[in-house]
Amino acid sequence: MAKLIRMDSTGHSTLAEWTAGDPGAEEAAVAAFRAQLDRGYIGVVSDGPGHATQVDDLPLEADLVIMRRPIAGG
Amino acid sequence: MGQPVSGRAELPELAAVRWRPRATARSVATRGRIWTLWSLAHTVPFLGTAALLLSLEPWSAPVALAAVAHAWIIPELYAARGAAVVRPKGARHLRSEPVAQGLLGDLLGHEERDLQRDTGLALEPGALGVWLVGEAGALLVDPGGRRVHCFCVRVPDPDLPPSDRIAHLLLALRTDETGFATVANHAFAGMPWRIRRRLTVRARPALAAALARPIAGP
Repeated sequence: MAKLIRMDSTGHSTLAEWTAGDPGAEEAAVAAFRAQLDRGYIGVVSDGPGHATQVDDLPLEADLVIMRRPIAGG
Repeated sequence: MGQPVSGRAELPELAAVRWRPRATARSVATRGRIWTLWSLAHTVPFLGTAALLLSLEPWSAPVALAAVAHAWIIPELYAARGAAVVRPKGARHLRSEPVAQGLLGDLLGHEERDLQRDTGLALEPGALGVWLVGEAGALLVDPGGRRVHCFCVRVPDPDLPPSDRIAHLLLALRTDETGFATVANHAFAGMPWRIRRRLTVRARPALAAALARPIAGP
């Protein structure tokens, strides 16, 4: 089962879970993803060691999509 | 991991620092050389003054000694500022930290996970060198291991547990390494021994591991 999570004050929260071929769950996940983008979060998919991809649309084929806050120089 | 996904290769945070040229291996190396010259500019005049005083008047030894102390202390202060970028900062959030630590552990390989748990720093090999990512900054060991660059960079959310802060920086670094080096503020660059002395005892093995890691280079 694929997951959409957000790194937050709890460590992380699961925002949505879906399986391929479940249109209702996929639709809910896409809506949750867009809501986080609207809140200023950035979607990232970890592609294994050393690689990550920023995504503007929820990749339904991914296993795990992580929402992160923007970073800044300290 | 699932199938490869398509996405953007540029950090969106770059929009906030459009005036900065994108970092490259060459620009990072140049910054390192500038820091070396800067350190020499603070050291050589004081050492020269000390030598001159002693040659003119041996009784001026105390003043010469003070000049030598200045030559030592000023670069040390810069190194201390540099090493401070990876010191633990902010609230520890003990209740949420184990959850965050689990996620960060999932993002790291076996060796890197153990190293991060022991030292608080996540080791990440990149094209610019080997990175050590902390809660509010990162060290970059350049190819060849001659210099360590100190970058100040953070996620401005004090409610996040420490491991989530590291995971934020790690994911941004993995998305766009040169973009990450552009967004981050370059705080210092110096020889590894200079940085090592100013790291916490806990963090020092991470620097040793980064120096031992072969670097592919750009």
